[in-house]
Amino acid sequence: MSENSILENSSLALDFMNQEHLFPTGPIVKVEGKCLYLNGNDIDTDRIIPARFLKCISFEDLGKSVFADDRIDQKGMHPFDQEQNLNSSILIVNKNFGCGSSREHAPQALMRWGIRAIIGQSFAEIFYGNCLSIGIPCASISEPCINSLTKTIIDKPNLPFNLDIASQSIFNSTESWPLTIELGMKEMLLSGKWDATKTLVQEKERINQIKNSLPYINQFNSLSNK
Amino acid sequence: MSSETLYDKIWDLHRVRELTGGSTQLFVGLHLIHEVTSPQAFAALEEKGLQVHSPDRTIATVDHIVPTTNQIRPFADPLAEQMLTTLESNCKKNDIEFFKLGSGYQGIVHVIAPEAGLTQPGMTVACGDSHTSTHGAFGAIAFGIGTSQVRDVLASQTLTMKKLKVRRIWFEGKLQKGVFAKDLILYVIQKLGVNDGVGYAYEFAGPAIKNLSMDERMTICNMAIEGGARCGYINPDEVTFEYLKGKRYSPKGASWDLAIKWWESLCSNENAIYDDEVKFNASKIPPTVTWGITPGQAIAINETIPSPESLNPSDQQIALEAYQYMDLQPGGSIEGLAIDVCFIGSCTNGRLSDLQIASQIVRDRHVAKGVKAFVVPGSEKVAKDAEEQGLDKIFKNAGFEWRKPGCSMCLAMNPDKLEKNQISASSSNRNFKGRQGSSKGRTLLMSPAMVAAAAISGSVIDVRKFYS
Ligand code: SF4
Repeated sequence: MSENSILENSSLALDFMNQEHLFPTGPIVKVEGKCLYLNGNDIDTDRIIPARFLKCISFEDLGKSVFADDRIDQKGMHPFDQEQNLNSSILIVNKNFGCGSSREHAPQALMRWGIRAIIGQSFAEIFYGNCLSIGIPCASISEPCINSLTKTIIDKPNLPFNLDIASQSIFNSTESWPLTIELGMKEMLLSGKWDATKTLVQEKERINQIKNSLPYINQFNSLSNK
Repeated sequence: MSSETLYDKIWDLHRVRELTGGSTQLFVGLHLIHEVTSPQAFAALEEKGLQVHSPDRTIATVDHIVPTTNQIRPFADPLAEQMLTTLESNCKKNDIEFFKLGSGYQGIVHVIAPEAGLTQPGMTVACGDSHTSTHGAFGAIAFGIGTSQVRDVLASQTLTMKKLKVRRIWFEGKLQKGVFAKDLILYVIQKLGVNDGVGYAYEFAGPAIKNLSMDERMTICNMAIEGGARCGYINPDEVTFEYLKGKRYSPKGASWDLAIKWWESLCSNENAIYDDEVKFNASKIPPTVTWGITPGQAIAINETIPSPESLNPSDQQIALEAYQYMDLQPGGSIEGLAIDVCFIGSCTNGRLSDLQIASQIVRDRHVAKGVKAFVVPGSEKVAKDAEEQGLDKIFKNAGFEWRKPGCSMCLAMNPDKLEKNQISASSSNRNFKGRQGSSKGRTLLMSPAMVAAAAISGSVIDVRKFYS
């Protein structure tokens, strides 16, 4: 298969998920859907979305290029290309997921592929923050739990799951696994305040007060006369 | 909880308010923007009907996508051209100063802000690029942000952030000859791991750090992020002030004395409390080279590639992946490994002193047959200063290509790329799979002196052999 046909193939399913009205808005209390397990520690943002796809002025087309090089490499065998994983909305990962660059293109690409929540043993910090800022919950999970959860996913593909933010758990009709969602993330998801811009601009007066109190702005500012 | 550190003091001065969920709304003193992570942010701002809050605290440049051979507009790559025109028009519309190509001020964002005197102690600096930690070398709190945070900073000059813990990394002793700041930070990442800094700001301190120039300090803080720490910083001192004196945006006249007084008051107190402390002896650090696919997979030049059993269980899987990807064997040595491409540049090691050091290695020598070697200065100013000192000629005589400034093959968003499974000796900061533009390309990170030495010998070599 050619490079493009591998990337295009899976993109057929994306047209649906990539519609803006399906992106997270307002309070996020749960995420429902199939789970997709991507094995491996230290999966960096260059792998999630290789740099050549950063040459864009909009995020729109990123969904089909997610994990492009890994997928081309694995010729259709990559988890993001496997039949039973298409239309999954919960991504399961191991340790230090999303390390590397600060590119928001990485969570954007995942979101536009259809991912709406990530469960992992640990996350890289900037990636984690970027996810929150576009409304993708990142929940952490213990080693025994991820082992048993992934076993269930592999044994019974196509099983629907429910990730519940408030109770910090993921469950299906018969089993349940505890998760940890950092208090701050949890509050912001449940209240809808993860959309930070709105909250931040409210404080105009106080922002200007801080701005004018800083010596490098009010006393020795060489940018003011630029 | 740390207290009385430089980090704590700057944090308090910039704190707007506490938010739901334990985050803080923090004021950003200097916002640097570039063509890759800003277009979507400007678009979102427009969508929301918001204005740029502080164009006076925002500076733009273009670096990631610029070609390093021919910079005549329009660029050959229409996507690159589109990114640049989008940035130009966003800056114009919003009254943001743009350090454009050919202005003498263009270059890699983390090189140009310090060299213009924009980055100063006591500031909070944010940029949509993870290596913003570089600016911490001046005693600033500087951190990389994602595009939605770029949008937030444009809209409000603030962002939401959680306060980090502070780990002091103390260095006794002095770096040996032939060992550089790059070796020091690669060593630290190898020892502490690529995750250990998560949730921390790294304060680099101790006699070995005091001895370093600003260029060297920037190399160290630049790679704090590769150790997982979102910011790294060094307390400002005489070296910092000396560097800033007379720079384009540095305070002048009476303001200068005022500034120094304030800057000094920000330093971590002697009795500051840290959340964690680690000590190293700088004189024990060898020239260090990465062999794998994370910056933590590094060894001393004379060591052999570690076996899986010798590593922490959590590092074993990625090591197995690395042997396969790099086509290297545990127990093999890194010295003597033949290389195809040598790249000197990037925001880690593309400054004047880096080029000076590398030029001394290649002077009156020649690049080994079959090796492609090139130098990409970090900024137009670095290029100009280097050319005034004749460094371009030294490199060219030795068989290097002398290019125009930009990020270049650090992440290969421009035409400079590895091909197939070529191995590069690179002075940049990331050796991730595919980082340098080929999905099979292999990267060995090392100091610019080591890259220069590798170019001459055609294989990885201990640069100390060139000094004796
Ligand atoms: S030189 Fe490399 S690390 Fe630095 S800003 Fe450019 S791409 Fe990023």
